[in-house]
Amino acid sequence: MIRIPLRPLARILDARQKGENPDAIERENKRLRHEDMQAMSRARAEGRLLVLGLFFFCAFAVVGVRMGGLATSDPVEPRSATYGSPISAARADIVDRNGNLLATNFDTHALYAQPLHMIDPQGAADGLVKIFPDLDHSRLIKDFNGERKFLWIRKKISPEQMQAVHNIGDPGLLFAPREMRLYPNGSLAAHIMGGASFGKEGVAAAEVIGVAGVEKYFDDYLRDPANGATPLELSIDLTVQAASERILYGGMKLMNAKGATSVLMDVHTGEVISVVSLPDFDPNDRPRPATTGDQSDSPLFNRSVQGVYELGSVFKIFTVAQAVDLGFVNPSTIIDTKGPMRVGGFNIGEFRNKNYGKLSVSDIIVQSSNRGTGRMALEIGSKRQKSFLDAMGFFEPTPFEIVEAAGGRPLLPKRWTDLSSVTISYGHGLSSSPMHLAAGYSAIANGGRAVTPTLLKKTSVPKGPRIMSEEAARAARGMLRKAVTKGTASFGEVEGYAVGGKTGTADKPKPTGGYYDDKVIATFASMFPAHDPKYVLIVTLDEPVETSGDKPRRTAGWTAVPVAAEMIRRIAPLLGMRPTVEPQTLADITLTSSN
Amino acid sequence: MRTVFYILTVMALIALAFWSYQENYETRKALNDADGARGEIQQAHARLGVLRAEWAYLNRPSRLLDLVEFNFDRLGLLPMAPEQFGNIDQIAYPSEPLLPILNPVDVSDTGDQP
Repeated sequence: MIRIPLRPLARILDARQKGENPDAIERENKRLRHEDMQAMSRARAEGRLLVLGLFFFCAFAVVGVRMGGLATSDPVEPRSATYGSPISAARADIVDRNGNLLATNFDTHALYAQPLHMIDPQGAADGLVKIFPDLDHSRLIKDFNGERKFLWIRKKISPEQMQAVHNIGDPGLLFAPREMRLYPNGSLAAHIMGGASFGKEGVAAAEVIGVAGVEKYFDDYLRDPANGATPLELSIDLTVQAASERILYGGMKLMNAKGATSVLMDVHTGEVISVVSLPDFDPNDRPRPATTGDQSDSPLFNRSVQGVYELGSVFKIFTVAQAVDLGFVNPSTIIDTKGPMRVGGFNIGEFRNKNYGKLSVSDIIVQSSNRGTGRMALEIGSKRQKSFLDAMGFFEPTPFEIVEAAGGRPLLPKRWTDLSSVTISYGHGLSSSPMHLAAGYSAIANGGRAVTPTLLKKTSVPKGPRIMSEEAARAARGMLRKAVTKGTASFGEVEGYAVGGKTGTADKPKPTGGYYDDKVIATFASMFPAHDPKYVLIVTLDEPVETSGDKPRRTAGWTAVPVAAEMIRRIAPLLGMRPTVEPQTLADITLTSSN
Repeated sequence: MRTVFYILTVMALIALAFWSYQENYETRKALNDADGARGEIQQAHARLGVLRAEWAYLNRPSRLLDLVEFNFDRLGLLPMAPEQFGNIDQIAYPSEPLLPILNPVDVSDTGDQP
């Protein structure tokens, strides 16, 4: 680059001669040079801006063209980008613990009509009523000839019905593919399954959503396309469930009960092997919820988790186990159960105003003495009793994985007085569901650790927190066994399975307050085999009455116990349990001589 | 020299164009085949689902119970009971087969008779 010198010699000399300041020339030249430099850098910057602008224009133009292209073209699945198995959009299956199918999907069709395309609305309506007799003929005619452009006729139709509709041959009758939920076992385990229905419906597809039971509780899991190929494994055993339902149904009819429920739980893991609530329903065709009357009369009512009742004397063993755990008593401690016993201004009585006199703790369970457990409860105190029952889970709804379980909140006394302590010690004043009871009995059966009822198949379960000592649990099991061998539950003996358990008969509360005289909830809470329990079985009958004798009998010993015994007799072999000989307690060795 | 270079370049261009044309078509064919196979897999899955559902439906406990009762004459099946568990020592050993008679003895003699 040729630069003009800042002080050209010729001009400097010239200026000196004229007597001017030669620095002015230099300043003038500097100014000119700066102007040049400015112009040049301006031009360069403008050029860069132009290039940048062009670049941005191109980039935005590409984005715009691409967006326009995407917006105007039909959506297409990426064809080459799927690796491995394609995502299955179907709702995941539900299987039992052995892999037997409990719920699956089935392709079917929905039937809809477009009256605009109909050739013979009258003939189509006639044909449809012939195929689906419950359709309203006059309404169909009205719809087909009216303003409507679209109407659903049937949400699910069978292939035979579809063929019959095809045979009508009207172009205005159309089919929409549907995926429906199928429960191949019908009403088996109905309350667990709950049921499913359609959510958002379109002509091309409809979403299947769970409406109750496990279907609703695990709705997100079941709908997640990533889980399409992995079925939800439940802890239920299909065979045991079927046998339980059959026997319980028979028992319910024999005992003239209006409802029944049973819970069979693994005492170590808390897995529920079978849970029955009768009457039941078919989840393939779920009835509508009752809008009037007592909800508990509806077949949808799940007695095992929603049936929150005072369960009666079955609670006595908790009081006794706690008293043994605290070291207040042992099974042979003698307690005076003589009346009268007044607590908080109320008289604590025995069943049929009996008076048992002095009883050992063990016999208090065997005879089911209210005053005996009441005295122990007073000694334990309400605070400790509360924390013990809380640890067993009697204060919260069970975390059982069906959506109804959250509604089974136990009813507790508002103020936990001494009177509450005493009545709760024999199962009155605290209402809970059979599922709560199963968890409580499991804690005694497994040696004193709390269990959480679960509906999912578990391979390993962390041990729950200890709520009573091993010895206290063992003593309680011994007493429960005696209640069967020589107590109120003598019908519960099943040879080879050493059943231990406690009966409970509680009067049903009237909706208006007070209790019915002739309506009871009869419960038998059992474990087998008592010397090494594997399972806990709770059987509860709603308003049973046994009429073979002179007078109607309603106590659990006459109603729930024989049903439970028959269930154990049938179910234990199905669970692979071999009858065992009960280990006999060793005769006491008495020191007779010190020599 | 330069002419040869140009000719070679053009020929390479044509070869590459041919190759990419062919690759394009083969890719499309492979994609179509994969689509077909995927469709078949889906159909097979659907069929499998139906078969599984049917199997479960045919094996539902209530139906099996009815069948057992219906065929009681032939099958004689009863619910499983505790008595059906046995011990291995309750089963008798199979009796040993009789030894073959190698030297038969005649017990009737006709010698004394006339």
